[in-house]
Amino acid sequence: MAESFKFELVSPERLLISEEVEQVIIPGTDGEMTVMASHAPIMTTIKPGVVTVKPVSGGEQRYAVFGGFADILPQGCTLLAESAVPADRLDRAELQKRIDDARHKAEHAEDLDERSRAELYLHQLTTLEGALIPA
Amino acid sequence: MASLKDLRNRIASVKATQKITKAMQMVAAAKLRRAQEAAEAARPYSERMDAVLANIAQAVAGGGEAPALMTGNGKDDVHLLVVATADRGLCGGFNSQIARLARDHIRKLTAEGKKVKILTVGRKGYDMLRRDYAQLIIDRVELKEVKQIGFANADEIAKKVIARFDAGEFDVCTLFYSRFKSVISQIPTAQPLIPAATGETEEGSNAVYEYEPSAEEILGDLVPRNIAVQIFRALLENAAGEMGAKMTAMDNATRNAGEMIDKLTITYNRQRQAQITKELIEIISGAEAL
Repeated sequence: MAESFKFELVSPERLLISEEVEQVIIPGTDGEMTVMASHAPIMTTIKPGVVTVKPVSGGEQRYAVFGGFADILPQGCTLLAESAVPADRLDRAELQKRIDDARHKAEHAEDLDERSRAELYLHQLTTLEGALIPA
Repeated sequence: MASLKDLRNRIASVKATQKITKAMQMVAAAKLRRAQEAAEAARPYSERMDAVLANIAQAVAGGGEAPALMTGNGKDDVHLLVVATADRGLCGGFNSQIARLARDHIRKLTAEGKKVKILTVGRKGYDMLRRDYAQLIIDRVELKEVKQIGFANADEIAKKVIARFDAGEFDVCTLFYSRFKSVISQIPTAQPLIPAATGETEEGSNAVYEYEPSAEEILGDLVPRNIAVQIFRALLENAAGEMGAKMTAMDNATRNAGEMIDKLTITYNRQRQAQITKELIEIISGAEAL
């Protein structure tokens, strides 16, 4: 059995999980990464995506997160999400609304910088949608 | 002296008032529990946020440059006060306490020759400050329609504040709200938002981090979010405090109504007795005269 570490997923509204896990897959801005016990300290921002958690107790939990950042230490990992919901309870209409908002923003961006940022966000959202909806 | 009928009406009306205040107290108690739970559920996030922020700020302080939102823009001329109050009254001194603190602050700042701008959150704060400082209020947010305050509400306010800061409309921002200490005690608090007050780093958390993408970029993302989190927390504490204050105020009102009913009932009984005695005397003296 792999070593375990403490993982916490918190959104501003509440603490979603706090338990011993074997590994967590985090959608970092610069690419997905799998965190296991004794990971080197790293701090990264996260993009909208799916966080996959493998708790010691077995099974696998998936959470949809919308941006935020992760604080990883050898002894534990804290993920501060702007908004997070269990993947199977994600409201499809809510996601669609976010996508529409992002699209609107991308189309009405004032400068190039803002547009590319909005388009990136939109792309991340649609990827998230693709990852979740057929599941 | 009021007639018997007047007294009876009076008693009936006070009893009706007592029923209303009693009901309001119970509603406030139920809402208080929910608001308290929400405030407690939000605590882990802001605590971790503080720890992470302090940590990263320390890392950045060594070199690089921190965003202006955190260190301020070096000036101290124009102050923005974000005054968060409740939307409803009937909760004792809750709203006026916050307004008084804000007013003291405004007076102090204007005496020092600084310019003051106000952004109010919640209707009561706006109503109270409008009387004296109508020309200073630049914007207001009402949360009357909102049943359960979500992070999105706070985020919206934070975006407004940040947009104004970026436009150079003010230099220093302070948030006014009421800290929820207990059901019977709420402490009006002024908390600096911009520049951010960074807490002390905890011992042992000085691990050498790697940053992805970079410390500056993370900080640039983190600081605006931290402002939203602080506002969110203030709103939740306010909501809990409002309900606590309302509960206490309504409890007092119910008790006062009870006392009033007792007093009125005694007066009523005395008068009724006096009238009966008077009638008896009239009958007896009439009979004796025969």
